[in-house]
Amino acid sequence: MKIFVSIKQVPDTSGKVAVNPDGTLNRASMQTITNPDDMNALEAALKLKDETGCKVIVVTMGPPPAAGMLREALAMGADEAVLVSAREFGGSDTYATSQVLAAAIDTIGVEDDDLVICGRQAIDGDTAQVGPQIGEKLGLPQITYAADIKMDGKTVTVQRMLEDGYMTIKTQTPCLITCIKELNEPRYMSVGGVFEAYSKPLTTMGYDALKDHALIDATTIGLKGSPTNIFKSFTPPQKGAGMMMEGADKATCEELAGILAKKHII
Amino acid sequence: MSNFNSADIAAFKDVWVFCEQREGKLMPTDLELISKGRDLANELGVNLCGLLLGGEGIAEAAKELGGYGADKVIVCESPLLSVYNTDAYTKVICDVIEDLKPEAFLIGATNIGRDLAPRCAARLHTGLCADCTHLDIDVANYIQFLRESSTLDVDGQKWDMEDRNLKMTRPAFGGHLMATIICPRFRPCMATVRPGVMKKNAFDEAKAAAVEIVKPAFELTEADLKTEVVEVVKAAKKLVDLIGADYIVSVGRGISKDVEGGIKLAEELAEVLGGVVGGSRATIDSGWLSADHQVGQTGKTVHPKVYIALGISGAIQHKAGMQDSECIIAVNKNDTAPIFEIADYGICGDLFKVTPLLIEAIKAAKAAK
Repeated sequence: MKIFVSIKQVPDTSGKVAVNPDGTLNRASMQTITNPDDMNALEAALKLKDETGCKVIVVTMGPPPAAGMLREALAMGADEAVLVSAREFGGSDTYATSQVLAAAIDTIGVEDDDLVICGRQAIDGDTAQVGPQIGEKLGLPQITYAADIKMDGKTVTVQRMLEDGYMTIKTQTPCLITCIKELNEPRYMSVGGVFEAYSKPLTTMGYDALKDHALIDATTIGLKGSPTNIFKSFTPPQKGAGMMMEGADKATCEELAGILAKKHII
Repeated sequence: MSNFNSADIAAFKDVWVFCEQREGKLMPTDLELISKGRDLANELGVNLCGLLLGGEGIAEAAKELGGYGADKVIVCESPLLSVYNTDAYTKVICDVIEDLKPEAFLIGATNIGRDLAPRCAARLHTGLCADCTHLDIDVANYIQFLRESSTLDVDGQKWDMEDRNLKMTRPAFGGHLMATIICPRFRPCMATVRPGVMKKNAFDEAKAAAVEIVKPAFELTEADLKTEVVEVVKAAKKLVDLIGADYIVSVGRGISKDVEGGIKLAEELAEVLGGVVGGSRATIDSGWLSADHQVGQTGKTVHPKVYIALGISGAIQHKAGMQDSECIIAVNKNDTAPIFEIADYGICGDLFKVTPLLIEAIKAAKAAK
C-alpha cells in the first residue's frame, strides 16, 4: 500500500500582502508556506503509515524552490517526494494542473490498495477544485471534506462534513480524499526526521518525463491549455471611513443609539 | 453522446442552474442562483433552466423554481439520486449536458456543489470558476460594476461590447485581489457561486404556474456508484443563520482576556437587536465559537443592515466577508485598527466597558420609539 499526498507551496495570505501597481500580487515580498489544508492531508497519510507501515509519497507541481517544502514533508515522515516542474506546466488553471498531477501520479502508478490524499483547498485561490479533478482524471472515486478517515483492509470509511451535519461514506481503494483542518493536528518535524530527510529520494519530473502520457498534450496543459483565463484583476476598493465617535462612555453610546434610531437603522 | 465537443461553442445555448436539494427540500442558494440566472438568460436572450436531481416526487419542487424565474426545470428522478452521491450526480448531469448543451451552468458553492462541479468540469473538458461573488454577460454592465467596485481605469481600456462570455468575478489571495475569469473556448462555462451573495427575486405566481417540466431519459444503475452513503447525520445543535440575519454582532481576538464574558456580551447585544453572533477567523481557530459563526473570506459573506464588530482588528480576509454590510459599527481599543477604515461609526474603547453601555443605550432608544 502507498499513499500519494498532493501538496502546494502558497504565499502566506494571513500576513502582509503587497499588491503591485498593476493589480498583480507581489509574490517576491511574501513568505511562502505549505498550504495549511495540505498539512492535514500529510498528517492523515502519516497516521495511516504509523498504523500500517505503508509508503507515503508527496507530490507537488511548482517552481524549483518548492523542493524546500518537499524536504520538510520528508522530515515530517514522508518516504519519497516528487517535484513536478517545467516551463510548459506554468500558468495552468485547476483543470490543467490536475491533468499534470494526475499524469505524474499515474506514471508512478496507482495500485489496488493505494490512496491519494489532498487538502480541501489552497489559500491562494480557495478553489477546492484540483483534488476532485485529479480524481476524475485518474478515474478514482472521491470523498471530499473529510473530518475522519478509517481504513479496514481495502475499505475506506470517511466522515464527510456538510454545512448542517455530515455524511458517512464508504468506498474501496484506490480512491481520492480531500481533508479539512478538523481532521487532525499536523505533527512537527523531528530532529532525526530533518537529518533523515536529506537521504530520502526527492526526484524531479520535468516535461520530458510526462510528455508521452495520454493526459499530457500541448493543448491541455499550461497557460495555453487552460480552459479558464484571467480577464481582469483588480484590488477591491476600500469603503470610505465613516465617523469616529468622541469618547467611549455612556454619552457616546447614547449619541450613537440616537443616530441609529433617527436613521431608522434600529 | 459521441458528438459532444465542448469546443463547438455555437452548439450551446441556455443558462442552467443546478438546484441542490437535501431531503427533498430546495436549498436557499438555488433561489438566489435562479434569480441571478434569470438576469444572465435575459442578457443572452435564452431560456433559464433549473436542473433538479432527486428521488421520486422531486418534480414537485419545480413550481417554486419557476416562481423565481426558471422557464424550464429539467428533472431527473431516481431512488439512486435521492441522497447526493458524487458518482451518480456527475454521471447524470454530464450525460444530460452532453445531450442538451447549455452555454452556462451555475452551481451553488456549498460543500456538495464544490464536490460536484470540479468533477463535472473535468469530465466535460471545460472551465470552472470557484466561489464567484459577481457574474455578468453584458459588457456595459460589467464596466459599470468595475466603476463601482474597482480602481481600474475603465475609460482608458478598449472593450469589445459584443463579447458574450460569462464574466465570473471572485476574490483571490484571501480577498486581497479580485479576479474576473472567462472561459472563452469551451462550453458550458461553469461557475460555483458563493451562497448569500446573489439577491433573490420576488416570487411570481404566474411564472410558477407556467414553468415547463422536462424529463430527459438517462441511464443510472447501482454499478455506476463507487461510493456508498452509509448515513446522513444532521448537526444536533441548531446552526446560526448568518446569511439571513439583519443584525450581526461579531467578536474577534479582542475578547481573549475573558472569552466567555465577551461572547455573552455579544449575545446580549444581538438579542436586543434581534440578531445573531458572528466571529472572526481567530475566534473560530481558537475554538471559542463553532465554524458556523465565521464571517470572512474563509467563512460566510454577509450583508446585514447592521454589522457590529467587537474587538475585531479588520484583517482583509474578515473585511472580504462583511464590508458590504449596510451599516458597520466598530468597537476597538486600538484607534489604528483597520476595521475603522470601513466602519460607518467607530468607538475607540474597551469592548468590555463599551458594550454594556451600548446595550443599555440601544434598549432605551428602541423603547423611546
